[in-house]
Amino acid sequence: MDMKLNIKVWRQKNSSASGAFETYQVNANEHMSFLEMLDVLNEDLVSKKMEPIAFEHDCREGICGTCCMVINGRPHGPNAGTTTCQLHMRFFKDGDTIVVEPYRAKAFPVLKDLVVDRAAFDRIIQAGGYISVNAGQAPDGNSIPIGKERAARAFEAAACIGCGACVAACPNGSAMLFTSAKVSHLGLLPQGEVESERRVSAMVAQMDKEGFGMCSNVGACEAECPKEIKLDNIAFLNRSYFKSKFKGREA
Amino acid sequence: MNLNSKVPPGPINTKWTQYKSTIPIVAPNNKRKLEVIVVGSGLAGASAASSLGELGYAVKCFTFHDSPRRAHSIAAQGGINAAKNYANDGDSIFRLFYDTVKGGDYRAREANVHRLAECSVDIIDQCVAQGVPFAREYGGLLENRSFGGVQVSRTFYARGQTGQQLLIGAYQSLSRQIALGTVDMYNRHEMLDLVMVDGKARGIIARNLLTGELERHAAHAVVLATGGYGNVFYLSTNAMMCNVTAAWKSVKKGALMANPCFTQIHPTCIPVSGDYQSKLTLMSESLRNDGRVWVPKNIADAEAIRTGKLKGSMISEDARDYFLERRYPAFGNLVPRDVASRAAKVECDKGHGVSPTGLAVYLDFSAAIERYGRSEANKQGLHDLPKARIIEMGEKVVSDKYGNLFEMYEKITGENPYKEPMKIYPAVHYTMGGLWVDYNLETNIPGLFALGECNFSDHGANRLGASALMQGLADGYFVIPYTIGTYLSNEISTPKIKNDLPEFLEAERKTSDLISRLLSIKGSQSVESFHRRLGKIMWDNCGMARNEEGLIKGRQMIRELREEFYRDVYVPGSNDEYNPELEKAVRVADFLEMGELMMLDALNRKESCGGHFREESSTADGEAKRNDEEFAYVAAWAWDDNNPVMYKENLVFENVELKTRSYK
Repeated sequence: MDMKLNIKVWRQKNSSASGAFETYQVNANEHMSFLEMLDVLNEDLVSKKMEPIAFEHDCREGICGTCCMVINGRPHGPNAGTTTCQLHMRFFKDGDTIVVEPYRAKAFPVLKDLVVDRAAFDRIIQAGGYISVNAGQAPDGNSIPIGKERAARAFEAAACIGCGACVAACPNGSAMLFTSAKVSHLGLLPQGEVESERRVSAMVAQMDKEGFGMCSNVGACEAECPKEIKLDNIAFLNRSYFKSKFKGREA
Repeated sequence: MNLNSKVPPGPINTKWTQYKSTIPIVAPNNKRKLEVIVVGSGLAGASAASSLGELGYAVKCFTFHDSPRRAHSIAAQGGINAAKNYANDGDSIFRLFYDTVKGGDYRAREANVHRLAECSVDIIDQCVAQGVPFAREYGGLLENRSFGGVQVSRTFYARGQTGQQLLIGAYQSLSRQIALGTVDMYNRHEMLDLVMVDGKARGIIARNLLTGELERHAAHAVVLATGGYGNVFYLSTNAMMCNVTAAWKSVKKGALMANPCFTQIHPTCIPVSGDYQSKLTLMSESLRNDGRVWVPKNIADAEAIRTGKLKGSMISEDARDYFLERRYPAFGNLVPRDVASRAAKVECDKGHGVSPTGLAVYLDFSAAIERYGRSEANKQGLHDLPKARIIEMGEKVVSDKYGNLFEMYEKITGENPYKEPMKIYPAVHYTMGGLWVDYNLETNIPGLFALGECNFSDHGANRLGASALMQGLADGYFVIPYTIGTYLSNEISTPKIKNDLPEFLEAERKTSDLISRLLSIKGSQSVESFHRRLGKIMWDNCGMARNEEGLIKGRQMIRELREEFYRDVYVPGSNDEYNPELEKAVRVADFLEMGELMMLDALNRKESCGGHFREESSTADGEAKRNDEEFAYVAAWAWDDNNPVMYKENLVFENVELKTRSYK
């Protein structure tokens, strides 16, 4: 089915310019993905010698975490467990006006149009989101059995794609879901447990330094996470964090 | 030019061990003074950068993504092979080596493949130690599954997200080195030229994608881990930004491109649905463990399905043609990718295709769902259950194995694959060809190394499933940290390379000229439209089946398209800003040359092998006919706009007997 849509989209030249909404018309169809619809719009803009809308995207399979935008007020749009690249136009109606904005968060400055800077996430990982093992040091992979259940929980936390929807969804602009997913993923595994106290302190300190807000248990992050990362990771982080503080370990 | 593969002497199973212990080592105090540039942050790039950083080299790592974690390795679904033999099913390093050489249709270099098989074992250990959450059995030990082209279970996996988990492991190791200061990370930087000084690779020109500024980065050695060139076909399973530019700029500086025509067409992708599409989605090969591939026996049924009058689930068992099981009884649905893809094409060409375009076959899980349901019911001691309940239990088992893939399929197509068979069709997925490298993974340019999909070395004419992840990580964690010593041990007295040498300034000026030229054409057609047309030329003439006439015609068409591109392309915006259209223009310009070289290579190789199927070279029953007498060599090309020159590296097989590859 063909559909005519109005796309009301945030245009901003660069990080220092002020931005504004512009509205464009686009002819789409229900089989397109949301990004394919934007491709069609951009082709049209280029053909009119107008500047295309800048947005980030890469794998278009919902796994690289590159695409990020707020669609009708929700990061990655209306569907649960879905990245923008996997959102299809059959969930919209002919004649709809769709509002598209960049993530809005202090720690994710807008670079251009829908593109934001998420380098703060990399720096949180650099602060401690790893297991300290050099290539060549590892014992046999089966030397430490890990219960299927525990491995599955670690996997579910590790499924985070670092897209930042949790931050964009949070009224406080908090990065707790992202950070806690890594803290749980590594902390649940015997290999990662060894340095878990140092890890949680360092990652939380970096998170604060980057200007992310506090967590006040709103739960919007969980609701909007395209990989359905659970809030109980935050509880895991809090437990680990307090444990590390009571033991008097330094960040 | 004489291509010296530098394969060390000795029996195949001890070559690498012996060689490793003789490679010159650079002392720690000297390592700090030696700078290495790594371009790319996928499995090969991130593992190489972190490992070289751990060793103490001064590393700079570049990615055009906003973060190293986005590299396209992340999208690999099914798994990673390793000769652990945890399944006790007769696997061994030799068997993995043998399967890979055979799967590659005897067009890979034996010594490199054997080393890969040896390293595979260490990779799993390394990844587990990094916290990669592989699938596990109830006893807590690692679980395995099987993949196409082999008869053992040696594939380790993390649901359908193995690539993601391995890449995150490598990314975390890289992050640790960044924090320690051994690796300087340059996000949003794209390599646009290789800089050579006195015949050696000494640096790169990189464009800051946010500001447009060109930067000159100097080092003692340059390591490319920039992936494959499948996007030359426009529609592929590669991510949108995957490109050949870094490798191609190196080719233009004299590096050789080996076997460029060896392209892998993956059999199980979601079929094309419209011309607005710019990307295709893969459905993991692991699905062929449990899914059965079929088309309707009667063309009338296929027609009714195409027009929506019938559904796949309504076709009775005896009216289905399970063509892989019929043609290849020994391997059935698990034949290698090239074989499965061609077979699907044959059925669709005969009129048995099932999507509105006629280009799709079924991948059906109903038998597996029922089988698993019964087995689950038996486990729980529940006999005489109604069929609906058994199906429900079976769906749960299948969901545990492939849940995210089924969800992905449903999101994209709007159809429920538990109830209706999936529709799939082959699509471009991987490129076995790449920069020619020797045993040290060094190209013919001294100091320029190529790892992972970027090089040509391990997969011959066809890559087996779950082997790309293995190669990327073997190269980065366990090969380059040793072999780069062969080069850098001779560089310890070379002072820091200055980035204001005339060679750097010249390369920077040329890059700047190219960008100005592209922006100043101000023609009437978008970059995307040229890319789309190039893709169609490639798919029609250099796709799943190739012939002399088409290849000659295709080469000419590409040359004409290239000329038109430089005359009529329209690139909006300016250089000094974030400008994705400009980035694309530079990449498409290089694809327009690479595509021509692929045609030429395919034209030269008058045999069928692996993913390269020349219609002139096939058997009476439509199988590929290899010609070892004339073509058991690597074709390594030096580019020249008018007359590219091909150099041969003859392949010697001392440990694997050359046989007709049969999966029947």
